[in-house]
Amino acid sequence: MDITYYLYLSAVLFTIGAVGVLVRRNAIVVFMCVELMLNAVNLSLVTFARMNSNLDGQVIAFFVMVVAAAEVVIGLAIIMSIFRSRRSASVDDANLLKY
Amino acid sequence: MTSTTTAAVQYAHATGVFKLTFLLILLPAIGAAVLLLGGKRTNAWGHLLGCAMPIGSFVIAVIEFFALIGRDGGENRQLDQHLFSWVPVAGFHVDANVLLDPLSICFVLLITGVGSLIHIYSIGYMEHDPDRRRFFGQLNLFVAAMLLLVLADNYLVLYVGWEGVGLASYLLIGFWHHKPSAAVAAKKAFLVNRVGDLGLSFAVMLMFTTFGTVAFDGVFNGASSGHARTGTMTAIGLLLLLGACGKSAQAPLQSWLLDAMEGPTPVSALIHAATMVTAGVYLVARSGAIYDVAPHARLLVEIVGGVTLVMGAIIGCAYDDIKKVLAASTMSQIGYMMLAVGFGPGAYAIGILHLLTHGFFKANMFLGAGSVMHGNNDEVNMRRYGGLRHVMPVTFMTFAFGYLAIIGMIPFSGFFSKDKIIEVALDHGGASGWIFGIVAIAGAGMTAFYMTRLMLMTFFGNKRWPRDVHPHESPKVMLVPMAILAAGSLVLGYLLILGGSLQHFLTPSVGPSLEVGAHTISPVVLSIITLAVVAGGVGAAWWIIGRKPVAAEQAPNVRPYAHATRRSLTGDAVNEAVFMRPGQYLTRALVYFDNRGVDGIVNGFAAGVGGTSARIRRVQTGFVRSYALSMLGGALAIGTTVVLLRVGS
Amino acid sequence: MNPVLLASATTAPLHEAMLFWILAPVMVVAAIGMVFARSAVHAAMLLAVVMLSLAAFYTTEHAPFLAVVQVVVYTGAVLMLFLFVLMLIGVDSMDSLVETLRGQRAAAMAVGAGFAVLLVAGLAGALDGFAPNGFGADAGKNGNVTGIAHLLFSRYVFAFEATSALLITAGLGAMVLAHREPTGERKSQKQRMLDRAARGGAAAAPLPGPGVYADHDSVDTPALLPDGSVAPGSVPAYLQVSAGRSHVDAVDHELER
Repeated sequence: MDITYYLYLSAVLFTIGAVGVLVRRNAIVVFMCVELMLNAVNLSLVTFARMNSNLDGQVIAFFVMVVAAAEVVIGLAIIMSIFRSRRSASVDDANLLKY
Repeated sequence: MTSTTTAAVQYAHATGVFKLTFLLILLPAIGAAVLLLGGKRTNAWGHLLGCAMPIGSFVIAVIEFFALIGRDGGENRQLDQHLFSWVPVAGFHVDANVLLDPLSICFVLLITGVGSLIHIYSIGYMEHDPDRRRFFGQLNLFVAAMLLLVLADNYLVLYVGWEGVGLASYLLIGFWHHKPSAAVAAKKAFLVNRVGDLGLSFAVMLMFTTFGTVAFDGVFNGASSGHARTGTMTAIGLLLLLGACGKSAQAPLQSWLLDAMEGPTPVSALIHAATMVTAGVYLVARSGAIYDVAPHARLLVEIVGGVTLVMGAIIGCAYDDIKKVLAASTMSQIGYMMLAVGFGPGAYAIGILHLLTHGFFKANMFLGAGSVMHGNNDEVNMRRYGGLRHVMPVTFMTFAFGYLAIIGMIPFSGFFSKDKIIEVALDHGGASGWIFGIVAIAGAGMTAFYMTRLMLMTFFGNKRWPRDVHPHESPKVMLVPMAILAAGSLVLGYLLILGGSLQHFLTPSVGPSLEVGAHTISPVVLSIITLAVVAGGVGAAWWIIGRKPVAAEQAPNVRPYAHATRRSLTGDAVNEAVFMRPGQYLTRALVYFDNRGVDGIVNGFAAGVGGTSARIRRVQTGFVRSYALSMLGGALAIGTTVVLLRVGS
Repeated sequence: MNPVLLASATTAPLHEAMLFWILAPVMVVAAIGMVFARSAVHAAMLLAVVMLSLAAFYTTEHAPFLAVVQVVVYTGAVLMLFLFVLMLIGVDSMDSLVETLRGQRAAAMAVGAGFAVLLVAGLAGALDGFAPNGFGADAGKNGNVTGIAHLLFSRYVFAFEATSALLITAGLGAMVLAHREPTGERKSQKQRMLDRAARGGAAAAPLPGPGVYADHDSVDTPALLPDGSVAPGSVPAYLQVSAGRSHVDAVDHELER
């Protein structure tokens, strides 16, 4: 097995995540799909670090995790406050910002 | 043409106490920053800080002055301090440097010295103004900008200071911006100055294209090396003159100065009498090396000086507004200075001499006028004064010193400086020498006339103040600066001319003071002639105004020339006819064209865009998922393009 | 270079290959399942599978620190946060998978497929003739954690501090977003008791807890009053009494029998 297979796996996971963002309406599931995309990228970064024999990729993956954590905290807080006022967690219901 | 700048200009590095030069600028700049940004919490002590900063600069300036005297003459007295690289672009390098030389230290002492006194005076004058802190902040800003102007060692930094004083002047003229007249006057000053600033900026650009540098030493060495074409040098000289005219209120850009009197009186004293308006004289004197190789530009400097000298004097005879008379007198006196620096090598020091003495006695008189206004409910019309010498004795005494100085009475300071200018003019030789000499003598006579008129109408004669006004003497905090300036008006001229001290001191900056040509008239005889003319002016004033009571109102029906004089020699009318009306017509034509032609195209296009947009905007559905889809589609498109380009290449 | 070493530089050892071929399909299936799961809780569980598998990969990819962080932070904290919010806003609602935006699903599939092709093709092109610079992330002699710590506090120290600021800001932001100003004046406990006594009836006694007489331990199952009817105040207002109804009916049956 070649270690570059990890990269192909990462590409596939990323695409699945992206499609998930496009087709799901539940904001929380959309968020999960975004997390999946971030995780896929992390896998790539770790593999790159391995291919280059250094740790920079791992450190960047670590930063991605931190940023993802921050993003989740804020994103879920926003979803909660939207849910409080609109009684809905569907991303399609929040469509006031339009023509 | 005598070239006095044969040796290449070279500046020594600042060491020791001269490393403090940047503090001169920094202190008032800090003061301005603290006062203008500090808000209300600095109200309580703002005026004290505002005074402390220029005083601090003055102390440093005095120390540096004595250190400068202690050094050998020549290059050793021109000290350049490198602060930082301001514009380090390939091929264009401008350093933010300060240059301390005899010329700039003279200005620094004048600015900080007179400036400190006026700051102190303002504590009393502005005591009841709710915006006193802002006033001091802007005054400090002015001092900082003016010091930057005179301490710059290249034209670009000078230009920064030049614009800085313009800004400060604008802010301070419009200090009482709730008065429409003040707001309009500030705008007018700003706009007229802009015309002059344009000249200066073009001059700087032309210098850069000609010499590849804007530093003083580079430009002056390039000018005296004779490589540049005379036409170019004349152009630079004329553009610099335009800048000088704007800042120094010389014809034809003189009109703003009379209106600038809308500002508080300390501002008129500091900015529009003692310092900022003399920046044009400084510019011409500093750029002597350029005018040395541009004789035509030099002649025009003389003409501008001579014309403004007479214009200012005539206008001064007509106004009843005490401050406007003094403003017209300032124009006239700066005309004298311009005339002097226009005569070129040998006479620069004379112009600077008159500048320094004028800075003292005119600031003194303005502060006196402020004191008079302070005691008369801010009344400026001299027809409402009269007989004030009894109620305001100290103001009267200090004002009288300034008065005697400006009319050139021996031994007051104006006598020495003005006589020298007349002497230089006559010694210049040829027709121009005679013309300018006679003009200068006539100007002295007119000065005597209108200043005597001012004195008579203000301090003598019948009491004409309204019943609800009770004139009173001003507080000590105002009187002490006036007294110091009055003392300066008395002794400064003699001190500076003693043994040619100022001329010798200024030699490294502006070249030696040479006696050009033979004396046309012996100096002693000339002094007697001048004094006789002055006495004639004083006598005429007494004959016309002093003998009978002054009317409380201006005479309505006067001959056309008097009418024109009252309207500052139709200066504003000329501006309107020559610039404003054609400008208006052009604007109207452009508006018509704009409405019909341009708007037709633009509106049609806009309607087209609007129609299309109305259809396209339906794409904005508000659904986040649609947007995400287009994002992913876009990423796909870009990625595909990149990959295909890679494969293709 | 030794051809054997070179070969081993691009090829993973056998145990890693086995792990990859077992877990990779699991991950892909879980990921696809997540996209199509109707229940958000199921989606979260499937995401957990993907994340844990990734943690396993990280251990074989010489990144033990990241593997631990993946488990603790992602699977432990982030995913639990997801579940927590899911519980708050109602777990029982099944998402409808019927597409409401016209053409969205087809376009998403098409673009997704195109994107996958692009990524794979791009990777293949880029990796063609690529020789890895060694094999295995070089942890230095002190191990992976020390190596990462070294990088974090030297080369990436500013980024590290910036992320710390980001985290604090995010925490603060979440507090601000989730905070709700009380609309009316908060009643004291005494006042609430007095109000209840004033209402009289069954409300005078303490309310039964949720799930009393229920065969279900979910917080949204309402308690039953002694007469078998639903106690209205036993479930927080923002948890809709939806699924609870059937259990109540079941309890009713039980009681009647």
